Amino acid sequence: MADMPAFGVYIHWPYCRRICPYCDFNVYKARGDDQALADAILADLHHWRQRLGPRPLTSLHFGGGTPSLLPPTTLAKMIDQVCALFPPLDNLEIGLEANPTDHQSLAEIRQAGIERLSLGLQALNDPDLKRLGRDHGVRQGLAALEDALVLFPRVSVDLITAREGQTPTQWHAELQDILRYDLDHLSVYGLTIEPGTAFARQQDRGDLIPPDDETASTLYDITVDTLRGAGFTHYEVSNFARHPAAQSRHNRLYWQSDDWLGLGPGAHGRLTLDGQRLATETHLQPKPYVEAVSTTGTGSKPPDPLSDTDQALEALIMGLRLDEGVEAARLHALAIDPKTLRQLAEEGLVDGDLFTLGRGRGLGDSRLGGRLRLTGRGRRLLDHVLLRLTA
Amino acid sequence: MSTPRDHIRNFSIVAHIDHGKSTLSDRLIQVTGTVTEREMKQQLLDNMDIERERGITIKAQTVRLKYTAKDGETYILNLIDTPGHVDFAYEVSRSLAACEGSLLVVDAAQGVEAQTLANVYQALDHDHEIVPVLNKIDLPAAEPDRIKEQIEEVIGLDASDAVMISAKTGIGIEEVLEAIVTRLPPPPEGERDKPLKAMLVDAWYDPYLGVVVMVRILDGELKKGMRVKMLQAGAVYGVDKVGVFAPKPTDVESLGPGEIGFLTASIKEVADALVGDTITTEKKGIETPLPGFRPAQPVVFCGLFPVDAADFEDLRSAIGKLRLNDASFSYEMETSAALGFGFRCGFLGLLHLEIIQERLTREFNLELITTAPSVIYNITLTNGEVLELHNPADMPDPVRIDNIAEPWITATIMTPDEHLGSVIKLCQDRRGIQKDLTYVGTRAMVVYELPLNEVVFDFYDRLKSISRGYASFDYQMGEYRTEDLVKMQILVNSEPVDALSILVHRSRAEMRGRAMCEKLKELIPQHMFQIPVQAAIGGKVIARETIRALRKDVTAKCYGGDATRKRKLLEKQKEGKKRMRQFGKVDIPQEAFIAALKMDDD
Repeated sequence: MADMPAFGVYIHWPYCRRICPYCDFNVYKARGDDQALADAILADLHHWRQRLGPRPLTSLHFGGGTPSLLPPTTLAKMIDQVCALFPPLDNLEIGLEANPTDHQSLAEIRQAGIERLSLGLQALNDPDLKRLGRDHGVRQGLAALEDALVLFPRVSVDLITAREGQTPTQWHAELQDILRYDLDHLSVYGLTIEPGTAFARQQDRGDLIPPDDETASTLYDITVDTLRGAGFTHYEVSNFARHPAAQSRHNRLYWQSDDWLGLGPGAHGRLTLDGQRLATETHLQPKPYVEAVSTTGTGSKPPDPLSDTDQALEALIMGLRLDEGVEAARLHALAIDPKTLRQLAEEGLVDGDLFTLGRGRGLGDSRLGGRLRLTGRGRRLLDHVLLRLTA
Repeated sequence: MSTPRDHIRNFSIVAHIDHGKSTLSDRLIQVTGTVTEREMKQQLLDNMDIERERGITIKAQTVRLKYTAKDGETYILNLIDTPGHVDFAYEVSRSLAACEGSLLVVDAAQGVEAQTLANVYQALDHDHEIVPVLNKIDLPAAEPDRIKEQIEEVIGLDASDAVMISAKTGIGIEEVLEAIVTRLPPPPEGERDKPLKAMLVDAWYDPYLGVVVMVRILDGELKKGMRVKMLQAGAVYGVDKVGVFAPKPTDVESLGPGEIGFLTASIKEVADALVGDTITTEKKGIETPLPGFRPAQPVVFCGLFPVDAADFEDLRSAIGKLRLNDASFSYEMETSAALGFGFRCGFLGLLHLEIIQERLTREFNLELITTAPSVIYNITLTNGEVLELHNPADMPDPVRIDNIAEPWITATIMTPDEHLGSVIKLCQDRRGIQKDLTYVGTRAMVVYELPLNEVVFDFYDRLKSISRGYASFDYQMGEYRTEDLVKMQILVNSEPVDALSILVHRSRAEMRGRAMCEKLKELIPQHMFQIPVQAAIGGKVIARETIRALRKDVTAKCYGGDATRKRKLLEKQKEGKKRMRQFGKVDIPQEAFIAALKMDDD
C-alpha cells in the first residue's frame, strides 16, 4: 500500500434543465424523479468501498450535468456517506459545478458541505450567452459570483472562448471584467464543436462559423498573457490559478493519472486494485445504471485492466497538460525515440533540460528521475506533440 | 470420337454489362443438363470474385453444351464467354475469331449501349451470324418493340426474329437453343487429314492442371502425346492432356476441325501461351501463322507502392503470382524518392489496372499507394532517337527533346439527351474533337477523338457522375499525335515530389496546376512550419498555395472521462500517420497521390 496513488471520488449527476448546444457530455433533461438514481449512486459507493477498502480521500467532486440541481439534503447525505467510508485527508477538496441560475441554492449547497464551487459563467456579454444557449444573463451571473465569493472558501469561474465572431478586443475586455473580482482560479475553454451536438449540426448547415485557426490561436494567447499578467499561473492547458492551493486537487488526480472512483451514469474511473490498474465505466443512461446497481450491486460494467503501454500513454496524454509535465519514469513502456525528443526540443516544444539529461538514452530511464514537460508553445500544440511522441 | 462438323455450333454472347449475359449462360448450361441442379452455382462462368461482383468477365471461358434439338439430332454447342470490356478488346477479337456466330443480348428496357455496339461491330467484322436476343422481357419497363427498332436503326440488324427471353425466370431459353442450332452456321469445312492448324484462344493457370490452353481446331487433329509447336512463341511442347469443358475439364481422345477444347503441355507460365498464337505439329506442320495475332500491349502505366515500406517483398511476390495467370500486365521495379520501392506496372486499360489493384489488395491483403496513371509517350530527341516514356519522372531534359507524341482514342459515348450538354462539355474540356453526333430516340450518341492521357484518370468516373450513371462509354485506340506537352512538377516545401509529376498539355497546365495545389492544400495536414505547394514547368512556378503553420492544436477539456477516449483517438491517429509518407520534412497522406489529380470542378 506504500506506493498507492492518491484517491478521489467523482459523482456524475447527469440532469440539466436544458441541454447546451455545445455540450457532448452524458446529460439528460431533468425530470424530477431522481431519488432512485441518488439511492443507486450510494449503493454503488458501498459496493466499491467493499472492494477498495478505506482508501484515504483526497477529493470528492460533483460534476454533470448540473449537480447544483441535486436537492441539498441529498447532496449532504452523499458527502457524509463518502466521508464516512473513505477517511478524508486534512485538505480534502469537496467541489461542485454550478450554474448561475442556481443562485438561490448556493447557501444550501455550501451548508451541505461543498467548499469549492466552479461557476459556469461562460461569457460576460448577453448576446454570446444567448448564442451559447445559456439560460442566464451577465447580470445574473455576476450576482451569483458575488454571493459565491462570500459563501465559499474557494471559487472558480468557467469561461468559453473562441466563440463565433469573437474579436481579440472583446475578449480582452471580458477578461478584464472578470479580473475585477477577487478570483483565485479560472478555467478558460476554447469552444470545441463536438460531433453530435447542436452546434455541429449548425456548423454543417453553415449556420455556425467558428473562428479560424489563426483567430482561435490569438484568443488563446490573449487568455494566457492577460491572466499571467494578472498573477495567475497557467498550470494546465485551460486552467489558471493564483497560487497552488487554489488549483483543483480533484482535476489533478486525472492529470496525474492517480486513482478515482467514478459513480453515476456514464462515469469513468481509474482504480489500482490487486496490483492492476483498472479502467472502469458505468452504464451510460440513468435507468440501466439504476437497474445494474439493483441487480449486480454496481453500476459499473466489467472493468478493463490497462496494459503498461496504455498506462504510460494515459500518463503522457494527461500529464503533459500540466505545467510541471510528467515523470519520465512513467513513460518507459512507450519507448519514446530520443531522436524525436531532440527534434521537439530543437523546435522549442519540449523543455530542453530533459533533452540534456536524456543524452540519447531515452526517456523512462529511472536513473534520470527527470520529467518530460512542454514549453508554453509545446502545450499549445499538445495534440501534435502527442502524435509525434507516440507515432 | 470427334463430333461431325455439321453438329457443332461455336458461338459467343455479345452484351453490355448487366444485360444478362452471365445469367443466360447459366440457363443454357442448366437447361441442357450439362450440370445438375445441385452443381449449379450462381453464374458459373464468372469464376473470380471480382468478376462476379462487377458483373464482368475478365478471362474468356468456354463450356460445351450437349443439346438434342427438335429435329431429334444431338448437337455440341461450344459457348465462348468473352470478356466484355474494351480493355480486353484483343482477347475479345480472338474469342470471336474462334466462333461462327453470336447471340446479341440486349436488355429490353435499357436498349443498346456503347459497349454493345463496340462488341457487335467486332462480331460483324468476324463475319458472325448474329441472333438478337431481348432479355428481361418480363420487366414492367420492357419495351421490346422499341428496342427491336433501335437494334435495326443503330446496328442495322434485322431484329424481327429476335428471341424474347427472361434469363432470370427461364422464359425463352429453349427458343434460344433452337435458334443457335437452326440460325447459326456450323464451322466451315476443315480437313482432318491436313496438318494441325489451331488457334490459341486463351490460357490460364489452373492449380491442378497447370497452364491450360484453350484451342480452336481449324484443320487436322489434336491428340494426347503429340508434339506441338507454337508459331509466334517459337516453342515446342508435348501434349499431356486434351479435353473439353463440360463445364468441368473432361479428357477426350482427340479434337477435330471445328471443335473447341483445351490442352495441357507442361507449359510453365501463362506468359508462354500467347493469345492468338497458331498451334501446329512440330514436324510437317504449317508455316504461315493465322492472321490477327498481336502481342499483349499495355497502354496504361502506374506505380504501385506498399503503404508500409516493409511490405515490399510481399508485394513483389504477390505481383509475381498474379502475373503467372495474367500475361497481359507487365511490371518492373521502380524507386521513388517520395514512395520508396515499388513497381511500375503496365495494364491493358483502366479496368485492368483496377482489377489488378483490387486483387492485390483483396487476395494478398496488401495496402497500396497507386500513383497517377500515365500513357506511353513517344519522345523524339533532338538527335533523332525515339524513346517510349512510361513514367513522367523519367522524362529527359527538355532541351534534348524535339517533340512529344501522345496516343489518341476514338470514344463512343451514348447518353440520355438531357445529359448531352454536360457530356460534350466534359469532352471539350479534355481536349476532345467531336467527330459525330446522332440520335437514337431520346439517346444521343457522340463520337469524340480524345487524348488517352485525358481519359486515363477520372474521365469515366466524371462521365458517370455528370450523367447520373446513364452514359455509357467505349473506346478504340487511335494514332499517336505530336502535341505541345510539358512536364509539370509539384513542389512541396520547395522540393519536387516525383510521384506527383504529370505530363500535361501546355494549354491545360495552369488550370491543372492550380487545381492540384488547391487539392494538396486540403490533403496535407498543417505542420509546425509554413509549407508552400507549387506547380512548376521547368523552373517556372505556375501555381502556388500555402499551407499555414499550425499555431494551436490542443484539446481544450480533458478530464476523467476523457482519458480513454483520448487514448483511443491517439491510437487511431497513429494508424493514420503510418499511412503518411514523409517527404523532406513534410508528411503527405497516401491518398493524396491519387486524390490530387482528380478534377471535380470542371
